[in-house]
Amino acid sequence: MEILVVGLNHKTAPIEVREKVAFNGPKLEEAVNILKTSDVVKENIILSTCNRVEIYAGVNEINAGVEGIKDFISDFHKVPKALLDKSLYIHKGQEAIRHMYRVAASLDSMVVGEPQILGQLKDAYDAALQNKTTGMYLNKLMRKSVSVAKRVRTETKIAESAVSISFAAVELAKKIFDDLSSKSFMLIGAGEMAELAARHLINSGIKDGYVTNRTTARAEELAHEFRGKVVLFDNFTQELRHIDIVICSTGAPHYILMKEQVHRIMKERKQKPMFIIDISVPRNIDPEINDLDNVYLYDVDNLQGIIETNIQERAKEAEKAEQIVDDEIGSFLKWTASLTATPTIVALRNKAEEIRKSELEKTLMKMGPLEEKTIRAIEQLTSSIVNKLIHPPTAALKAEEEDKEQMLGIIQKLYNLQIEDDNDKT
Amino acid sequence: MEINVLLFELALTFYFIATIAGIVEIFRGKKTSSRLAFYLAATGFLFHTANIIVRYIQGGHIPVTNMHEATSFFSWCVLILFFFHELRYKLGLLSSFIMPIVFLLMFSASIFPREIKALSPVLQSYWFGIHVILAFLGDAAFAMACGIGIMYLLQERFVKSKHLGGLFQKLPSLQVLDDINYHLITLGFPLLTFAMITGVIWANSAWGTYWRWDPKEVWSLITWLIYALVLHLRLTVGWRGKKAAILSIVGFVIIIFAFYGVTLILKGSHVFM
Repeated sequence: MEILVVGLNHKTAPIEVREKVAFNGPKLEEAVNILKTSDVVKENIILSTCNRVEIYAGVNEINAGVEGIKDFISDFHKVPKALLDKSLYIHKGQEAIRHMYRVAASLDSMVVGEPQILGQLKDAYDAALQNKTTGMYLNKLMRKSVSVAKRVRTETKIAESAVSISFAAVELAKKIFDDLSSKSFMLIGAGEMAELAARHLINSGIKDGYVTNRTTARAEELAHEFRGKVVLFDNFTQELRHIDIVICSTGAPHYILMKEQVHRIMKERKQKPMFIIDISVPRNIDPEINDLDNVYLYDVDNLQGIIETNIQERAKEAEKAEQIVDDEIGSFLKWTASLTATPTIVALRNKAEEIRKSELEKTLMKMGPLEEKTIRAIEQLTSSIVNKLIHPPTAALKAEEEDKEQMLGIIQKLYNLQIEDDNDKT
Repeated sequence: MEINVLLFELALTFYFIATIAGIVEIFRGKKTSSRLAFYLAATGFLFHTANIIVRYIQGGHIPVTNMHEATSFFSWCVLILFFFHELRYKLGLLSSFIMPIVFLLMFSASIFPREIKALSPVLQSYWFGIHVILAFLGDAAFAMACGIGIMYLLQERFVKSKHLGGLFQKLPSLQVLDDINYHLITLGFPLLTFAMITGVIWANSAWGTYWRWDPKEVWSLITWLIYALVLHLRLTVGWRGKKAAILSIVGFVIIIFAFYGVTLILKGSHVFM
C-alpha cells in the first residue's frame, strides 16, 4: 500500500479554481463513495475547505493512483484536466505523510498556526469513517496526524500570539483590563476590522456593547448584530465616561476626539483606565491623548507593528514544528515496516530451528554413540517435521492483506516471538 | 556555629539565589516564566522559620528585640504575604520584584549583632507581641505594594510606549497589578493603625504616657498620613494606576527610612537598648 496526496491549495490555485473543485456538503459524501468503488484507490479521505481541496489516498500502484484521482476530480467537477494540471500537487509516500502532518499542524495554512484546520481535517475524517472509505493505513495516518498537531501545539508557541489586528487589539485589552466580563466597549463608525475586533471582544465575554455611527440606520444594524445599544453620533462623547474600550473607524478626515475632551471624561470616570483603538486612516483620535494618565491609545500602525513581531516569532516556531514533523514521519515509517511479515517469519523460523536443535542434541546425547548415517536421518526427520508445521502459518502471513497487523500480532503472541518494534502505539 | 546562626545563613543564601534567579527571569526573553525563584524562596523560608522558632525558644519572646531580629522578622512577614499572593494569584514575575526586597532586608539583618537578649522589663507586656506583629505585617503589606507598584510602572511604560516584548508578556495585566496594590494598602493601613493604637496603649502602661513624640512615633505618624492620603486620593479623585504606584513606592521608602534611619541615627525608645 502506498500513501498519496493529490490536491491544490491557496498557494497553487486562485479562488476561481478552488471553488470549482470544492466538495461541499452532500457532494463530499457522494465523492468519497465514488472513490471507494475505484479499482486503484483502496482508501480515501477528502478534505475540502475554502483554502484547500485535497484527496488522501491509499493506493496499490502510485502512477495508476495519481491518474485515477485526477480523472475522478476532472469527471466529478467537469473541469478539464489541463486546468487541474496547472494547480494540482502530488505527494507520494514519505512526502505524502509529511504533507498530511503539516496540514494538520497548520504549517501549510495561509496564516500559519491558525487552529481551524485541525477541526476541518477531523470532520473530513469523520465523513470518511461514516462512509467506510478508509482502512488500516489512512486510519493510522489520520490518528498520527492529529497527535502530531497536538504535539506541535504543546511543544511550540506557533499559535500563541495574535497575528491579526483585531485579535492583537483584544489581547492588548486583556493586558490592560485582565478580565473583560465587567467591561464595556463602543464602536464608533464601522469597518471590517472594527467589526471583527468587536466580535472578538464579545467572544472574550465583554459585558456591554455600544454602537454609534453618522448614519443611525447603520448603527442600528450593527447594534442588532452585537446585541448592543445605539448611541447618537452627536452625543457619543457624553457616553464615553462609562466606556472602557473604544474602537474607532470612521471615514472622517479629521480628529473626532480631542485631548481636552478625554481629559474631562477621565475626570468624570475617576481615572478608570480607557483603551482606545483608532483603526481609521486618516486617524480620528488625537494622538496626544496617549499622554494622558490611564489612557492607552493604539492606532493601526501600532497594532500592525505588534503583529509583525508575532508573525516573525511564528516563523521561528514553525522551524521547531518542522523538526517534530520529521521525527514523526520516522515513527510512521517504522510502523509500516512492522507490517511486513518478514521479521515475524524469520523470528518464527529461528525459534523453531532453535527448539529443533536443542531437542536433537538432548536426544542424541541420551542415545549414546550412533552411526553418522543414523544421525543424519534423525536430523532430516526433525527438519521436515518443523518445516511442515511452519509452512502453513508463514504462507498465510505472506498472503494476508486485510488483517495483517492483527494476524502478525496473534502469531507473535502464540509463539512468544520478540520482534524489534519501538513504534509507539498511538 | 550556633544552630540559629546556621539556619539564618542558610535562609540568607537561598534568598540570595532566589533573587538572582528572579532577576535572570526578568532578562530571559521567553514569554513564559519559570517558578524557580519561588521554590528557592520557599526553601529559604523553611530555614528562616526554623531560625525564628529557635530564637523564640531561646529568648522566650518573639525575636524582635534588636535590629538583627527585627529586620529578619520584617522580611519573614514580607515572605508570608508574598507566598499568599504567589499561590493565590500566580502573578508572573512577582518573585523577581519581591525577592530583592526580602534579600536586602535579610542582608542588612546579617550585618547587625546577633546575640539574643532578654526582654527589658519595660517591654514585658502582652501588648508587645500584638504591637510588633501588627506593625511588621503592616509594613510587609506596604513592602509588597511597593514591589507591585514597580511592576505596575514597568508594565504601564510598556503599554504606553508600545514596546510589547517578552517582559510585557510575562508581567501581569495593569488591572490586576493596580487592584492588588490597592488591596495591599487597604490591608496595610488598618494593620498600621492598630499597631499604633496598641503601641499607644502599651506606651501608657510602660511609661505612663500615651504619646512622647519619640522619633519612631513621629515617623510612624508620617507613614500613616501618607497611606491615608493614598487611600483618600484614590477614593475621591481617582488617583489610581501610575500615581498610586508611585505613592506606594514613596511610602515604602519612608518606612525604610523610619526603620533604619530612626533607629540608627535618631534615638528613641524603639532603639533596642
